[in-house]
Amino acid sequence: MAGATTAGRAHVPSASSRHFLRLSATPGQIALALGIIVFLALFLIVPVGTVIYVAFTEKGTGEFTLVNFLDFARTDLFIRSFWNSVYVSAMSVVVASVFALPLAYITTRFEFRGAMLIQTLGFLPLIMPPFVGAVAMLLLFGRNGTVNLLLDEWFGIKIPFMEGLNGVIFVQAVHYFPFILINLSAALRNIDRSMEEAAQNLGSSGFRLFRRIVFPLAMPGYIAGASLVFVKVFDDLATPLLLNVKDMLAPQAYLRVTSIGIADPMGYVISVVLICMSVLAMWISARAMRGKDYATVQRGGGGLAKRRMRPWESVLAYAAVLLILLLVLAPHIGLLLLSFATIWSFSPLPDAFTLAHYGRVFGESFVYVKNTLLYASIAGLIDVVLGTAIAYLVLRTKLIGREWLDWAATAALAIPGVVLGIGYLRTFYGVQLPDGTPLATLWITIVLALAIRRLPYALRACYAALQQISVSLEEAAENLGATKVRTVRRVVLPLMAGGILAGFVTSFATAAVELSATLMLVQSNADAPLAYGLYVFMQSAAGRGPGAALGVIAVLLVAVCTFASHMIIEKSQKAKGAGR
Amino acid sequence: MNQPFPISELGASAVDVDIRNIGLSYGTNHVLKGITLHIRPGEFFAFLGPSGCGKTTLLRLIAGFNEADGGEVLIGGQDVSHLPPWKRDVGMVFQSYALWPHMTVRRNVSFGLEERKVPRAEVDRRVAAALELVGLAHLADRRPSQLSGGQQQRVAVARTIAIEPKVLLLDEPLSNLDAKMRVQVRRELRDLQQRLGLTTIFVTHDQEEANTICDRIAVMNDGVVQQVGTPMELYEKPANLFVANFLGTANILPGRVVREGGQRFFDIDGGVRVPIPAHVVVPEGAKLVFRPQHASLTRGGAGDVLLPGTIVHSEFLGSTLRYVVRIGAAEVSIDTPFHSGETLHQTGSAVEVSLSLRSVLWLAI
Repeated sequence: MAGATTAGRAHVPSASSRHFLRLSATPGQIALALGIIVFLALFLIVPVGTVIYVAFTEKGTGEFTLVNFLDFARTDLFIRSFWNSVYVSAMSVVVASVFALPLAYITTRFEFRGAMLIQTLGFLPLIMPPFVGAVAMLLLFGRNGTVNLLLDEWFGIKIPFMEGLNGVIFVQAVHYFPFILINLSAALRNIDRSMEEAAQNLGSSGFRLFRRIVFPLAMPGYIAGASLVFVKVFDDLATPLLLNVKDMLAPQAYLRVTSIGIADPMGYVISVVLICMSVLAMWISARAMRGKDYATVQRGGGGLAKRRMRPWESVLAYAAVLLILLLVLAPHIGLLLLSFATIWSFSPLPDAFTLAHYGRVFGESFVYVKNTLLYASIAGLIDVVLGTAIAYLVLRTKLIGREWLDWAATAALAIPGVVLGIGYLRTFYGVQLPDGTPLATLWITIVLALAIRRLPYALRACYAALQQISVSLEEAAENLGATKVRTVRRVVLPLMAGGILAGFVTSFATAAVELSATLMLVQSNADAPLAYGLYVFMQSAAGRGPGAALGVIAVLLVAVCTFASHMIIEKSQKAKGAGR
Repeated sequence: MNQPFPISELGASAVDVDIRNIGLSYGTNHVLKGITLHIRPGEFFAFLGPSGCGKTTLLRLIAGFNEADGGEVLIGGQDVSHLPPWKRDVGMVFQSYALWPHMTVRRNVSFGLEERKVPRAEVDRRVAAALELVGLAHLADRRPSQLSGGQQQRVAVARTIAIEPKVLLLDEPLSNLDAKMRVQVRRELRDLQQRLGLTTIFVTHDQEEANTICDRIAVMNDGVVQQVGTPMELYEKPANLFVANFLGTANILPGRVVREGGQRFFDIDGGVRVPIPAHVVVPEGAKLVFRPQHASLTRGGAGDVLLPGTIVHSEFLGSTLRYVVRIGAAEVSIDTPFHSGETLHQTGSAVEVSLSLRSVLWLAI
């Protein structure tokens, strides 16, 4: 990167050419930007473009047509699937809100012991693939699950928690409610005490105060979380499939491509519909947030006043929190029981307990764990390298069009996993290595798909980390004789380390449990990651024990990695003192 | 701090800085307009001006963080205009100090020497000497966040002088300190600069800072150097109204020059006529300018003129009394020493301002 500005002394550029030099960047920076462009083009833009292209062209001739979309609109199954998906996504948001609202409100507004614990436990559902929880939920809440057996025995009734679409809604709501909890809690904490006090001072109190002040101020945070839940549920593939619900859009896309074939245009049409819904939900969220960045906490202020609860309120609050926590942690509890169970059928609890499943998993299925660690680490590594590079180019150079790198990488947010999977299959199946194997069958394809899917999250973490570093710290290094490259190595990277690690963990942990893109791309068991192995196990009744054991291992794996890196970040922050 | 600094040969090899016709603009915004300055070897030089005048931009340009549209910067005779910052050998102390929070004080100070591939033993020796010089040897293993503002400032200075730069650049180094520390640190900076004999450029918007520690000052406004000179020259003989106003308080009375029978007079807007001494050059469109202490409310000696006025405000400032007096259409400030037992003139009372014509300046712009 050095050297470009060291124009020789004999060279006397005119004012205009020097002006150009100032706008441009060093050759190293340009090369870096080109590398990123090529990567994003190859593994994001071209595959997604291919999907859209196929959806709009006639099969065989390659001419532009809308006939595929007409076919989609004329097929009852697709229309029903579409509305089912919308219904399930919307209801999941509603049910997730029912879980998240009380937790967020009670832990931020009252003096509540264990508030931190609840906020932490709230994250747990995220580190398990939702479809894994689905099996445990069937055993606990299904027609002949623990809860219904007990209800039947005591009251003679059964509640259809898990029948048809209900099951998908229930499982998704339990799994994705942390998105709402996190965003809403942050929004509530960001409301300055003075906002509330000013309202009280002017005569408002109780529910009116909540409705007119607290609720509107927290709204943007809620919308952000809710739209994320909507998109995630709309795109999810494995949960409906595992609960045997096929008439939803994402499963239909998968089934068309895998059962009818990669040439069938309907899979692509559905993909385009999925992309449109994602973009729409994000657009709504962005609109809701625009101009409403209500971070009102002022200097010396400290969030909303926390009130001490009266005894009866306290009892009520603890009961509500406990019930919700039991519900949202039910998949983990069920999975743990299942992993140790000999037989668990038509009974509230397993008949007996055994370690055999773990033995079997460690014997046969360790390849899944190994693959997952490998894939998720490489994907996380790619993400932080790209994320750091893009953040640096955008924030610290004057490269023309540098914002496009950011936008392109962030666009991956709007691409459902199943769409990316289909795009990779279509694009890379034709590309063959010298020995004739299609590129799409190599395990590295899975890694690349994971990396692209998680890049936006890692990028935001890196971006935030770099933004917090004052430019003068870098200028001081250059002033004392360090070149741009040396400055990056000795000052920028060490100061970004915490943010980079956080980005890596986010990428790693979520890539480790991701299935929607990989389900398409896994070609053999030997190359399959954990999530895929779980999916295979969970499809047969006999495989559920080992599947559950594998699931527990997955959860522990991700939890341990997340916790370890959290500790490292804490420690490095402390070492830096109160510094940036 | 009494130990002699081992790089005392610096003083002998102090270099000059030659800024030739530097221009810089961002789009249509011309930040620097044809700046030409010569800073002598070993001089403590200040760029003084209000915020937005271009002084920091010029400093950063010398350090290599801005590139000029035209003109050259020569350091010790070498054209550095197109050298990147890391090849310029000018040490800069940043306004925010810019200490790296992930390194100890010692690592901060050794950074520049390591980048220069100085042998380890030599690095240790020079780091120790630099820290000794600023009196922070005992804090070498602390992190910057564990130091006070004044200590951080001294680490920033130590880090910069450790590389033995050709020129030392100080970007408002006192602005983040409280008033008491500021006075102490500026004396320390002056002592240090004297001992090292290092050519130093100091950017500030505070005239008192510039006056107390600098050999010469370039007063800047609107991207143009208004005047260069010693603090006393600038105060006594400001080249224009901006400099007169920026350095100390100046009373400015607009009016016009008239001639009557070979004698020149200045008619102050609002009525009073003042004779202009014969030998004085009065430029076209000039205004009458004087300092508050060059007038008084008691009748002065021969050669003084008397201007009738009305007291608008009166303030007790401790050692002096300050009156704001309306003369014609303008208001002027007048400082008189406070004597024990004296009482203030009442607001609204009519007074005569006695002005010594020898200290009057005639400035057009």
